[in-house]
Amino acid sequence: MTTDRIEKQIFLRAPRQRVWRALVDSKEFGTWFGVKFAGPFTPGARVRGTVVGTAVDAGIAKLQKQYAGVPFEITVDRIEPERLLSFRWHPNAVEPGVDYTREPTTLIVFTLEDVTGGVLLTVTESGFDQIPLERRAQAFEANDQGWSMVIQLIDKYLAKAA
Amino acid sequence: MRLVSRLCAGGPASITRLSDGLDITRQAVTKHLRVMQNSGLVRSARHGRERIWELDPRRLEDVRHYLDLISKQWDSALVRLRGLLED
Repeated sequence: MTTDRIEKQIFLRAPRQRVWRALVDSKEFGTWFGVKFAGPFTPGARVRGTVVGTAVDAGIAKLQKQYAGVPFEITVDRIEPERLLSFRWHPNAVEPGVDYTREPTTLIVFTLEDVTGGVLLTVTESGFDQIPLERRAQAFEANDQGWSMVIQLIDKYLAKAA
Repeated sequence: MRLVSRLCAGGPASITRLSDGLDITRQAVTKHLRVMQNSGLVRSARHGRERIWELDPRRLEDVRHYLDLISKQWDSALVRLRGLLED
């Protein structure tokens, strides 16, 4: 099991053009994602924004409220119309007053694929192995799972530290 | 890496025991442990003249679940996207 990458897929019952617009239009993206962006997504652009409640789900909006106003920034990587959108950001960069700018980023890639009755959207986020362990550890409460993945993580970490 | 396996399998241990049979020096073992300590992965306490090292399970488990957290955030974001598109 990888510690570096997350992959998600969702089937969307909507025309490909419509799905693409919800991704590439920074205003639309912000609507479902819960961020208000100051400018459009163009390849290579650094786009600043602030966390706001999402307009789509009231319950989530309430949860996001605790982070409302937190600055958010992405660097757009590639835009291939109706096929691929990618950008970089600092994952889970929501702690007020923490400067994440010197830390590594993760790469987020959205890809669209036609399937019967709609679009299959795949999202991957990768590069987590570069994120400082402290940062990863801060993100949660303790839990009671096994060790195998942790050991892998430490292995990689030590290989770098040595 | 074998250090971590040893700490997992054998529980808390002294530098002497941890270095035993490894082809690296005790100084190198100590250095690795310090690095891990700074990240909160291991902790140590003095017992008499020896320092005993052990894994810090709370912190390790936190790290283990980082991806789960990010993963759940994506799940909910994508459900919101679907809500927007399919309404």
